[in-house]
Amino acid sequence: MSSVTKPNEKKAIRIPLGERIFYAADDLLMILLCVLILIPLIHVVAGSFSDGASYMAHSGLLLWPLKPTLAAYESVIANQNIWTGYRNTLFIVIVGTSLDMLFSLVAAYVLSRKKYMLKKFFNLMVVFSMYFSGGMIPFFIVVKGVGLYKSIWALILPSLINVFNLVIVRTAMTGVPDSLEESAQLDGAGHLTILFRIITPLILPSVAVVALYYAVSHWNSWFNAMLFIKDRKYYPLQLILREILILSDTDEGFMMSETIQFATIVVATIPILCVYPFIQRYFVKGIMVGAVKG
Amino acid sequence: MSTLSKPGKGPVVNKPRIPLGKRIHRDFQMNWRLYLLFLPVLAYFIVFKYAPMAGLVISFQDYKAAKGIMGSKWVDLKHFINFFNDPYLPRLLRNTFTIALSTLLFSFPSAIVLALLINELRSRKMSRVVQTISYIPHFISVVVVCGIIRDLVSRTGGVTMLLHSIFGMPVTNMLYEPNYFVPIYIVSDIWSNIGWNSIVYLSALTAIDQELYEAARVDGANKWHQIIHITIPCLVPTIVIMFILKVGKMFDVGYEKIMLLYTPLTYERADVINTYVYRRGFAENVNFSYSTAVGFFNSVVCFVLVFFTNKITRRLGGNSLW
Repeated sequence: MSSVTKPNEKKAIRIPLGERIFYAADDLLMILLCVLILIPLIHVVAGSFSDGASYMAHSGLLLWPLKPTLAAYESVIANQNIWTGYRNTLFIVIVGTSLDMLFSLVAAYVLSRKKYMLKKFFNLMVVFSMYFSGGMIPFFIVVKGVGLYKSIWALILPSLINVFNLVIVRTAMTGVPDSLEESAQLDGAGHLTILFRIITPLILPSVAVVALYYAVSHWNSWFNAMLFIKDRKYYPLQLILREILILSDTDEGFMMSETIQFATIVVATIPILCVYPFIQRYFVKGIMVGAVKG
Repeated sequence: MSTLSKPGKGPVVNKPRIPLGKRIHRDFQMNWRLYLLFLPVLAYFIVFKYAPMAGLVISFQDYKAAKGIMGSKWVDLKHFINFFNDPYLPRLLRNTFTIALSTLLFSFPSAIVLALLINELRSRKMSRVVQTISYIPHFISVVVVCGIIRDLVSRTGGVTMLLHSIFGMPVTNMLYEPNYFVPIYIVSDIWSNIGWNSIVYLSALTAIDQELYEAARVDGANKWHQIIHITIPCLVPTIVIMFILKVGKMFDVGYEKIMLLYTPLTYERADVINTYVYRRGFAENVNFSYSTAVGFFNSVVCFVLVFFTNKITRRLGGNSLW
């Protein structure tokens, strides 16, 4: 981790009492914060392993399962909707993220080149779309107009480029020395070769972060699916989750026991939580660049 | 940005006296491959970003899907006038403003405070653990977060019980009580984003020259002085930029989360412009043109907000987005 550590000061300097209290309070606060962040998650996991009837009778937070059982997970695994949702979401995440990356890399490459007349215009066009948009209804009409209504591609094509992510990649590319590109050009390399063979490998950390952002946003998105997907066969996981977690509270038709809801949450969240620690060390870099040059 | 930073390197850029037509011709001859490469990207932006902007014209029409944009009747500012007379308008503005301002007052500074506290941790290991844990909620989808909230604040939920035993608050489903809505929204927003939002400040903190602190210590500055006179001033540029971004998004309050949490019982406190746009577009009393007009109003307000915050901060301190 590159972040935030201070070199241990020379031991010779005596730490005054006030500072020692400060450090202790700081440690304590941070432990408290971690506990507060984790408690809802522990509650969910504990609930998912609990016995349904015991949970109903219980009130308050759980830190440990009541009458541990796997019953909730068995019902989740038996629920065909969840697996269809999983399959659709995986399709969207894999195909969507690949296309997102392809488009973002190409766009960032062109935007970061020098010496062409429309450079300023292209950059302005891209950045402006970050601050102004047509809004929900015109977007809906356009997506419907190009024939994507009720198609799973409506969850992929309209969100190919996220300008914030694009700016991260563009900034990373600006940092690559020109000389590399020039020598490749002398060797007769075309734009695509320069982009994918020379530049992309050099900015891999930024590429990894941006790919993670895209993947997470595909995995978690539900709103567009609610607007565009009408056939349950194509429901992504989050839309199924919405039925199980949100609509079940208000609508009798979706009634489902809480322990099963918790087990569903665990099943639907574990994959994304498994990926993130591996890319965590690149976060700082990616976010920093995006925020400052946005 | 960096186009003109190295004079003498770009033959095209550096000879502005060549007539325009010839320059375009030469530019195209040199760069047509680049333009070709950009074509799909350009198409994407035109279709999915700029066509919807053009689609805003339906807010001046009585749009009928069957007739399309070309065939629908023009009605000038009817929908905007109706919106300004909408009985819900005061409620929408008040809620949007309350939620936006609360986010700015509570969520925004919380990440800065967290970054400062993590930065002062002496144990490297501890700071890593705190960071890892505090980033986790960011990866949990909004649907799941709202599912958890629903459970925690229900009649028998953990938070309801906790507040009951500590403050003696009544045992009810808090999501059905309008007055609890904003606090629930803000607290869960902080839970989701405090860690993630602190990253940018943390990396700004690591960039501070350690010699500054040593010099200050030699001069007898204690921890508190150091934080006030070194750490925070060094953070200000980052804070300003994040603030501009935040203000720009202010009226774009997280409507996805609101839609998953509110019920007609809590509209009084929870309904914001964006959720109203959705309901008038798809759910109740559907009217595409009216809904678009409301959305258009919102977009313009957002844009004006970013524009002016940026202008003001640039005048004040020189930190700006463009």
